[in-house]
Parts: sequence; structure tokens; C-alpha cells
Amino acid sequence: MDLNYSESERAFRDEVRDWLAQNLPPALREKVIKHKRLSKEDHHLWHEKLRSRGWLCWHWPAEHGGTGWTPVQKHIFEEEMIDAGAPRIIPFGPNMLGPVLIEFGSEAHKKTYLPRILNCEDWWCQGYSEPGSGSDLASLKTKAERRGDVYIVNGQKTWTTLGHFADKMFCLVRTDPNADKPQKGISFLLIDMDSPGIEVRPIYTLDGEHEVNEVWLTDVEVPVENLVGLENEGWTYAKYLLTYERTGIAGVGYSKQLLAHLKSMANRRKEGGQPLAQDPLFAAKLAEVEIDLMAMDMFNLRTVSAAGAGKAPSAESSLLKIKGTQIRQRISELLRQAVGPYACPYISEQFDEGYNEPPIGPEDAMPLARQYFNLRKLSIYGGSNEIQKNIVAKTVLGL
Amino acid sequence: MDFNLSEERSLLSATTDRFLQSAASAQKIIKGGGENLANDAGFWQEASELGLIEALLPVDAGGLGGDGLDLALIFELLGKHLVNAPFLSTAILGAMPLWLQDTQKFAALLSDVGAGKVKLALAISEADSRYDIQFAATEAKPVDTENYQLSGHKAVVLGAGDADQLVVSAKMAEGNGDIGLFLVDGKAQGLKIRSYQTIDAQLAGDIWLEDVPAVCISEKGSDIISQTAAAGALCLSAEAVGLMDVMKDATIEYVKTRKQFGRSIGSFQVIQHRLVDLLMEIEQTRSATMLAAAHLFSKPDMRDKHISAAKNLAGRIGKLVAEETIQLHGGIAMCWETDIAHYAKRLTMIDHYLGDSDYHLKQMMRLSA
Repeated sequence: MDLNYSESERAFRDEVRDWLAQNLPPALREKVIKHKRLSKEDHHLWHEKLRSRGWLCWHWPAEHGGTGWTPVQKHIFEEEMIDAGAPRIIPFGPNMLGPVLIEFGSEAHKKTYLPRILNCEDWWCQGYSEPGSGSDLASLKTKAERRGDVYIVNGQKTWTTLGHFADKMFCLVRTDPNADKPQKGISFLLIDMDSPGIEVRPIYTLDGEHEVNEVWLTDVEVPVENLVGLENEGWTYAKYLLTYERTGIAGVGYSKQLLAHLKSMANRRKEGGQPLAQDPLFAAKLAEVEIDLMAMDMFNLRTVSAAGAGKAPSAESSLLKIKGTQIRQRISELLRQAVGPYACPYISEQFDEGYNEPPIGPEDAMPLARQYFNLRKLSIYGGSNEIQKNIVAKTVLGL
Repeated sequence: MDFNLSEERSLLSATTDRFLQSAASAQKIIKGGGENLANDAGFWQEASELGLIEALLPVDAGGLGGDGLDLALIFELLGKHLVNAPFLSTAILGAMPLWLQDTQKFAALLSDVGAGKVKLALAISEADSRYDIQFAATEAKPVDTENYQLSGHKAVVLGAGDADQLVVSAKMAEGNGDIGLFLVDGKAQGLKIRSYQTIDAQLAGDIWLEDVPAVCISEKGSDIISQTAAAGALCLSAEAVGLMDVMKDATIEYVKTRKQFGRSIGSFQVIQHRLVDLLMEIEQTRSATMLAAAHLFSKPDMRDKHISAAKNLAGRIGKLVAEETIQLHGGIAMCWETDIAHYAKRLTMIDHYLGDSDYHLKQMMRLSA
């Protein structure tokens, strides 16, 4: 056993770091660091940069135009991206649909869609959740009826992240309402967002932001060749995709970045003339969450490495999701706490490009309460933490 | 012992509840995302006509109540209806220093406060004070015996942009580190106010003073500041209890009606036990708040011990209730359209005013050692 990066892994890390230093536009980096709103163009610009280096689809095996990286290399890449202040890769095409098509897609799908994801020509969104189907995703009701060469799709999807930017949606639909189990009778369809009968409606979140949407489908015609895999077998592909969604959700890199911010803030904010970091109560909480994160980092590496290159992570990834989100939420809570009264002022325009008024209190204080509230989503989405516990109890513990 | 409200207070409670209910629904306080009513003259006038502001002031300050129990009762209802209006900044934080110091001298001003004609704000917090209420870098230079000039910066002052008069703490230029309290006109020369809303829809502001003319309320204001901050912390704790009740009830209702896996999610033990925990912890917070209300005007150590116990629980349990309410609702509680989201923001942010749970834990450690 050797818990240090090997020489070649260190060289890889330096390569990634150097490339990011030279290619991440400073203006974009500043927006990310300052929690400013990113436009569709910002995301495109960054995807385009990564594409030009061949790193956009970093999860994919080399034969499909991916990087073919080992789990450790992927881990290094993820950490360096966050550390550099790069925008996150919008995961729906590169990290979610890509691996599903590689594993289950037809040759035609691979030929049509994979290059378009690789070349950032399509922006994908995820049509999974419905108003009545959240944790119980398999109860979904959006219906697709085969009529000749097309499916007619009717229903409603929700929590569709950045659906208002998307060109296409991968969508779970019910094709057999009479199947003996809800998991049977679900199919995995690829749908053009500009098809007649699709309406995207914004959902404003508690911080007033627009990131997620409702997608309404009324008599939407989808060619039968847009079916992935077999009819009524979509649940298998959906679950495969979810395990990919789950690992990123642990967000160890994000937690490390948040922790660094927390330490910086705790050293700058004064309490009775002393830095907050020297307050025994606060210092204890800070130390505790750092212990949790150190362990989490290793736990994450152990699990990821065990999966092996190009394989879907195991059910243990549910544990990573639970613990990882708990840690990230805890640090965001301590950050909110660290700024004291200056966590309160909230001027929405401050998050727009070009806002030049002086900050209220410490420059980096205003996003912190919003960040705390926004990150409540971590324990809800991607399969709520309660559902993850069910998975672990059943699959890992055998209960 | 008698845990029942007196007849007068029962009546006050019922009338206030009805009034806030109608105001909340008529003005869509909640649907507007907790829109602040500070600038709604109609609401403030109606509240004063109903005696709601006077109920927060003692009889010798031209009021009708002002006891710890009156404060707790009214603020619990303000929480229940998520009313964001300047009750705390004007009737408690602004008015209390005046009547504690001299009811005669400030009689006219206090009468205007009770009648809803004048709004006040208390400016004690500074950029580096965090929750230390006795910290002031702002300086007071004497002009004559009663008149001073103030210079400095006050941070996150509730009701600042809306106040006709501000009560400001400052270090006495000629004193042994004494902290004085001063009255400053909201339109005084040399006063700059940057007004903003908070993430929990309070109206607040940062204030810069440059040789601003001020009238001295007290040259040694420490005790007054402590008593006033104690009252403020009590009000916030009571408001938190009001918010918690609504959130818990809404969550119970939600888990009864939300069906997943073919049954209501409230039928799962893991959900039931978490709601039982909430109920238990809310009752703890309510109890501590009642105790604090009864001790609001006790001797300082006794008072502060009970106030800190209540405000620590309001912070700790407030976080628990807000987080669990969101988690048990799921994504729907993250939506602007959902009332409970705005309740959760307010309940969480109450911990950032007048001492957070750590601050009050440390007070408790000091007082119970």
C-alpha cells in the first residue's frame, strides 16, 4: 500500500494544473470565485476550452474519444478543476448520458450523439423526476405510446436543471402501464427540446434564482429510433446513470475548497479582538469538520479505486453521497456562522456581471447565506439521503 | 403556578392573531417572499390603532404592557404569520433605551412611537463587534453637556433606513472607556445610511457617521444596552417558536398527503421519529422562552442566564427545524412559491441577530460556572 501519488500521477497533476493556469480565462474564474451568475455563453466558453484539450468527456474510455484516465487521474482532475476556480462541467451530456450510450446505446446512437457531446454541439438535460415521483422515481407517469414510427409522449418532468439552456433531454417514460412491477415498463428516450408540445417553465428557488425548471410534454412526437436499449428496460440504464451522478455528488473537492474559505474567513473575522479561529468553540467545530473531511477524502479514494477504470461505481457510492453532502452542508453552515451579522445583507444584483458597488462587510460575505440555503439541495437531489440509506441497507447490509 | 394567560392577554392574543392573519393574507406578506412591511404605512397605522405597539411598551412609557410575557406573546404571533415589520427595531430596540433612562424626558417621543407616528432603530453593532453589544469604536465628542458629535460606522442596523430617530452607542471621548447612548435624527447632517434588505426580508442598513450632531441619552449606557439586547433576544426567541410551530405543522400535513412507494411518507417510522424529535425540541424551546420572558427584568445575571438559554435553543433548534422541514418536504421546500421556504430562511437567520447560539452558549458558560 502506498497512499501517496506516484511519480506519474504527480506529473499528471502538474500537467492539469499548468493547463488550467494557462487556459482558464481570469474573468470566468473571478465569476466562479465570487459566486456570480454564469450565463449560457460562460458555460459554452469553458466547455469549448476543455473540448479543445480533449478533457470535456473525461469519464469516457479512450476508444470513444474520452481520456481513458484511471480513477486516480479522474480524482486529480476533479480536484484541480475545483481548486483552480473553474466552472463545473455541466454533467448531463459528458458525465451522464455519454456513459449510458457507450454501455447501452446502439451503434447509430453512438455515431450520432457521442461526437456531438464531445464537440459540445448538444446541451442535454435530465428528464427524470416528476411532481409525484421524487424518491419513488420508478412510479413515474409520463407516458409514451407507440404509434407507427413514433412515440407520443405526454406528462410532466420537474427539477430539470438548466433545462432552459438545453437542446435535448434524456427522459424516462412509461411504455407499459400494465407491467407487474413499476420498474418494468419504463423506457429511456432521447427527445429534442424544440419538438412541438414541449414547454419549459422556470422554477424560482428560495434564493430567488432560476436554475431548475418544469418541463411539460403534450403529444410530443419522438421517433422510435430515439429509444435507448430495449423498450421497457429503461430502469436498468437509469440506475446505471444514477450511480455516476452519485459519485460526483460526494463533492470532496468542493468541500476542500469550502473548508479553505472557512479557515480564511475564521482568521479574518474578529471576536472580542481575537480572530474567530482562536475561539475555542468555533475552532472545535472547524477541527471536527476537517477530521471528517480528511477521512472522507480517503474513503472516496478507496471506493473510487475499487471500482476500476471505466466501471460504474458500486453501491458504496451511496455512502459517499450521504457523508459527502453532510460534510459540505456542515461547512457551508459554519461559513454562514463565521460572518456573523454580515451573513444577513442580501443584494441580488451583486451576483450580476458588472455590479460595481462596494460590498457590505467582507467582500466574500454576501454569498454565504445564499450558498447555505442553496446547498440544502445536496441531501435531496440525486436520490435523497434517506433513499441512499435504503439502498445501503438493502444492497450492502443485505437487510 | 398557573400556566394560563390572563383574560387581558388571551384577548390581546386573539385580536393580534386575527389582525395579523388578515394582514398576512390581504397583503400577501408570505407569497411575496416575506416582503417587508416597513414602508407600508397602512399596516403600521392599523397595528398602532389596535394597540399592538403600545402593548410592547410599559404603562409609564405611554404603553399598555411591556412585560416579558407581552413581548413573547406578540412576537410568537409575528413569527406565526411571518410578519416582517419594524416591531423589534422600533418598539423594543429603539424605545427601550429611552424609557429605561427617563420616561418623562422622552414621553412625547414614546407617545409618538406607540401611536405609530415615529420609527426608531438601535445602532450598536459594528463591523468588528460581531455579537459583542458593549463594543463601540464609534466615538462621541462633547459639544456641551447634552450635545455631542458622533463619528464611526455601524453595521447591519435593523430598521436603519426607515428610522426617524436612531439610538446609537459610542465610546465617550472623555471617559474611562464608557459607552454612551445617543439620539440621532434620521436626517442629520453627516449621517450616511446604506439601506438594504436581508436574505430573510428584514430592512436593515449600514451607517456612517461623520461629526453627526447627537443628544446624549446616557453617558454610561452599558446596563441599558444589556437590558435592551436581552429584550430583543427574548423577542427573537419567541418569534422563532412561532415560526417553528407553523413549519412543524406544515411538515406533518405534508408527510400525511405526500405519497411515495404507494403510501404516505408519514407512515414510515424514520419520518415519524424525526417529527417526534422536532415536536420535543420545539417544546423545549417554548419552555425556555417562557422562562426567559418571566426573567426579562430580573437581576442581570439571572436575566441573562435565562435569556441566553432561550436564544441558544432558538438558534440550535431553529436550525434543526428549518433543515428538517426542508429535507422532509424535499425539493418543494426549496421553491420561492412555497411559504415554508421563507419561514425557513427567517428561522435560520434569527441566529444572526443579537447573538448566535455560540455567543449565548458562552454567556451561559460564564454565568453558570
